[in-house]
Amino acid sequence: MVVWTDFERATIQDIFSKIDYGVVGQAAISRCLIVYPWTQRYFGSFGNLYNAAAITSNPKVAAHGKVVMEGLEKAVKNLENIKATFAELSTLHSEKLQVDPDNFKLLGDCLTIVVAAQLGKNFTPEVHAAFQKFLAVVVSSLRRQYY
Amino acid sequence: MSLTEKDKAAVKALWAKVSKSLDAVGAEALGRMLLVYPQTKTYFSHWPDLSPGSAPLLSHGKLIMAGVTEAVAKIDNLSTGLLELSELHAFKLRVDPANFKILAQSVMVVIAAMFPNDFTPEVHVAFDKFMSNVALALSERYR
Repeated sequence: MVVWTDFERATIQDIFSKIDYGVVGQAAISRCLIVYPWTQRYFGSFGNLYNAAAITSNPKVAAHGKVVMEGLEKAVKNLENIKATFAELSTLHSEKLQVDPDNFKLLGDCLTIVVAAQLGKNFTPEVHAAFQKFLAVVVSSLRRQYY
Repeated sequence: MSLTEKDKAAVKALWAKVSKSLDAVGAEALGRMLLVYPQTKTYFSHWPDLSPGSAPLLSHGKLIMAGVTEAVAKIDNLSTGLLELSELHAFKLRVDPANFKILAQSVMVVIAAMFPNDFTPEVHVAFDKFMSNVALALSERYR
């Protein structure tokens, strides 16, 4: 069972209240597709992903970024039970989307970098640690239904 | 995933910018790593003080950044250029190579926070590739 300190809980909620889901989501997904190009395998229907400029201006990528952030928000709103909250999403990623779960970490790392760039000095080591813990729990929950 | 000429140029340009704050980046990255990925503390049990701003952290952060600077200078030949450092990590320090990725991510988060306009996705991919190649070169002597 995950135990959150008051600082961690407050920090995670604070981060998500400060960021624009559209902006951060788009930046994180496009960064992932650019930095780890093999992740493009899951987005065959998104059209032009031929180069960084195309990815950054692709509207489907932007829309999907928002979807991912809204998914993460579900976890933020259910910090005490992310495992159960994400059970369906885990099955979806495993059975329907067939995403290699190692990719969750890659997107998480890109999201961290985007949030760091947004928050700058306010993304202190302690805030970073809380965010990383949150991502680790999310990734673990998304991996859970894989078999 | 070898470095193209474009990658090398991007890395050199980024490092030229970062070099002005090298000591700060090093200390920050190392301190962050120990806090965000606590398993890495196991390599520093001989330090009395692991808190941010502590003396061992500052000097060691500097040392690590000097190593990365050396790698940037030897970017055309990392596998042979970093043999001594590889021997150090393989035989003396015996750092599990999985941790090279962790430190690389910590460095990149610090760079992103300090230089958000410079650490574009294109620069990010070049630097990530570079750090992966550095990790590979450091692993050269392990077995």
